[in-house]
Amino acid sequence: MMNIVVLAKLVPDLVEELTIDASGAALDLTFARWIINELFDDHAIEQGILLKERSGGTVTVIAPDLEGADDVLFTAAAKGADRLIKVRSDFSAANNHAVARAFSAIIKGFQPDLILTGVQAHNDLDGSAGPLLAESLGLPYVGYVSGVALADGKFMVKKEYPGGLIAEMEVTLPAVFGIQAAEQPPRYVAVSKVRQAMKTSSIEEMDASDLDLSGAPEIERMFQPEAAAHAEMLEGTPEEVSAKLVALFKELGVL
Amino acid sequence: MSQDIYVVIEHLRGQVADISYTMLAAARELSRATSGKVIAVLLGHNAKNLARDFAADQVLYLDHASLAEFTSDAYQKALAELISKDQPRAVLFGNTSIGADVASVLSMRLGLPLVNSCRSFTSEAKFISQICGGKIMAEGELPSPTALVTMVPGGYQPDQGKSVESPPVTESAVPALEALRVTLSKYIEPESADVDISKEPLLIAVGRGIQNKDNIELADALAQAIGGVVCASRPVIDQGWLPTSRLVGKSGKHVKPKIYFAMGISGAPEHVEAITQSDTIIAVNTDPRAPIFNVAKYGVEMDIFELVETLTETVKQAK
Ligand SMILES: Cc1cc2nc3c(=O)[nH]c(=O)nc-3n(C[C@H](O)[C@H](O)[C@H](O)COP(=O)(O)OP(=O)(O)OC[C@H]3O[C@@H](n4cnc5c(N)ncnc54)[C@H](O)[C@@H]3O)c2cc1C
Ligand SMILES: Nc1ncnc2c1ncn2[C@@H]1O[C@H](COP(=O)(O)O)[C@@H](O)[C@H]1O
Repeated sequence: MMNIVVLAKLVPDLVEELTIDASGAALDLTFARWIINELFDDHAIEQGILLKERSGGTVTVIAPDLEGADDVLFTAAAKGADRLIKVRSDFSAANNHAVARAFSAIIKGFQPDLILTGVQAHNDLDGSAGPLLAESLGLPYVGYVSGVALADGKFMVKKEYPGGLIAEMEVTLPAVFGIQAAEQPPRYVAVSKVRQAMKTSSIEEMDASDLDLSGAPEIERMFQPEAAAHAEMLEGTPEEVSAKLVALFKELGVL
Repeated sequence: MSQDIYVVIEHLRGQVADISYTMLAAARELSRATSGKVIAVLLGHNAKNLARDFAADQVLYLDHASLAEFTSDAYQKALAELISKDQPRAVLFGNTSIGADVASVLSMRLGLPLVNSCRSFTSEAKFISQICGGKIMAEGELPSPTALVTMVPGGYQPDQGKSVESPPVTESAVPALEALRVTLSKYIEPESADVDISKEPLLIAVGRGIQNKDNIELADALAQAIGGVVCASRPVIDQGWLPTSRLVGKSGKHVKPKIYFAMGISGAPEHVEAITQSDTIIAVNTDPRAPIFNVAKYGVEMDIFELVETLTETVKQAK
């Protein structure tokens, strides 16, 4: 019976416009839309549930108490997660060093065999929570993982390198893995199933210890990169744009 | 304590990764500001010859059978010892499958500050990091006493980190690497593919904007009409809509076609780093602020689904 813990992070949605606050050194998150670190955490949750289905065990999903956390947790429950936890703290000011220390204090009590995180998020300035957490707990870490199996009391993980090369690593239990992709695409759950999960499962709330922010660099200013160049925009109706593109293809010698 | 800049060289199966040279170039710039030396740190086994073209003042070579290929536990142990002993001003790692497994762990273990996703340094030794998918840059003073830094490509050319003269190599002690919790069992080669996108002259690339598997057909039809091949960004591949061999980006292939036609791709750094060698990038995106428009030569601010079928027809008629 494997005890699997998955961390779900909430990040500002990049589709929305990002603005820098009055200090000039941080993002203005007043109006940010918080979404799950979806490219990776959805995969971490999927990988956890796949392992449970294959090898038995329980999946606990932990998220910080930000707007949107309930959604993320109940969606995980609808997919098969057993235990849902929301951690209370002032995460708006936190960095990943602080998050890792705070979460490690909570997770230690669960005596997990396996902890899964997303491989990284787009707003990290002080490293990734996965390896920071692993070290806080004194556990081994492997990131860029796209497959986890349990064999003879050890984990066999697939670690991705550029160009599609995979390294198979053998790792002792317990361990922390940063998930790049689950073995199969994250399952889809219907909204009705999520609604049902809201009725049948409950979220436990826990308090994080005081946040220790040390280990992160100080930011003096943030800015939007000035593009060295900008594309020449082709305007018009779809027909007009198509004609311009075809002319371009001809000019470039591909038509 | 020294003012030297250490660069942790990345290599796999006898091949030094480009990011290693990018970091040597970055270290050169940083070392000017700190008045220190550029020291390449090479971990390996019978791998001394990998150092021959490093643009470094010195190479520290750590040889051990357990360092022959990268594993996180062995690298962490060897580097923890070296960094605490030498206390350089900064240690540069790649923000890669190798560096990201090591840098954060060492930050926690040694109690040293970490700067992530650094793209370049200023002449005053400030770091500039790239976050939020390339939409935001963050600048700050290089933290003390020893800054651990993970670097992304783009700020320096790998060629700037190469030298025709071989640097002096000094062997450095390796601590006992026992009871390792992570070991390499084997490499698995990429699946062989029907096409090699790194060699194709015309690529029709689709991103998350394509919305679902069925819509891939629209890109296929365009590719067929024009004589190109369909490839994709990571989310499309991870959804299983196209095979892994079609992945363009940091974890996939680097491409250099005559035309890279990107539809519904935002232009995240992990994608863009792999397409900058293209002759002409053309991007279609509904978001006028999408970073892809900063690397594309031509852009169309339009919904894919309003454009693609008309474009396919127009191409067919033009033939
Ligand atoms: C370690 C690591 C490795 C990675 N490796 C890779 C890699 O190899 N390759 C890669 O691609 N990514 C990689 N990524 C992921 C990368 O960070 C981005 O998340 C990814 O490239 C985004 O893909 P996208 O542009 O398709 O999706 P999004 O960023 O979601 O962008 C979708 C775009 O489509 C536009 N759009 C939406 N609907 C329409 C429409 N109807 N018509 C026109 N436009 C529309 C939107 O405006 C948006 O700009 C990696 C990430 C990490 C952390
Ligand atoms: N505040 C957080 N709450 C929960 N999980 C987190 C948090 N920060 C990071 N993580 C986990 O660590 C992964 C990588 O994020 P990051 O460390 O920010 O790159 C995320 O995908 C989560 O799994």
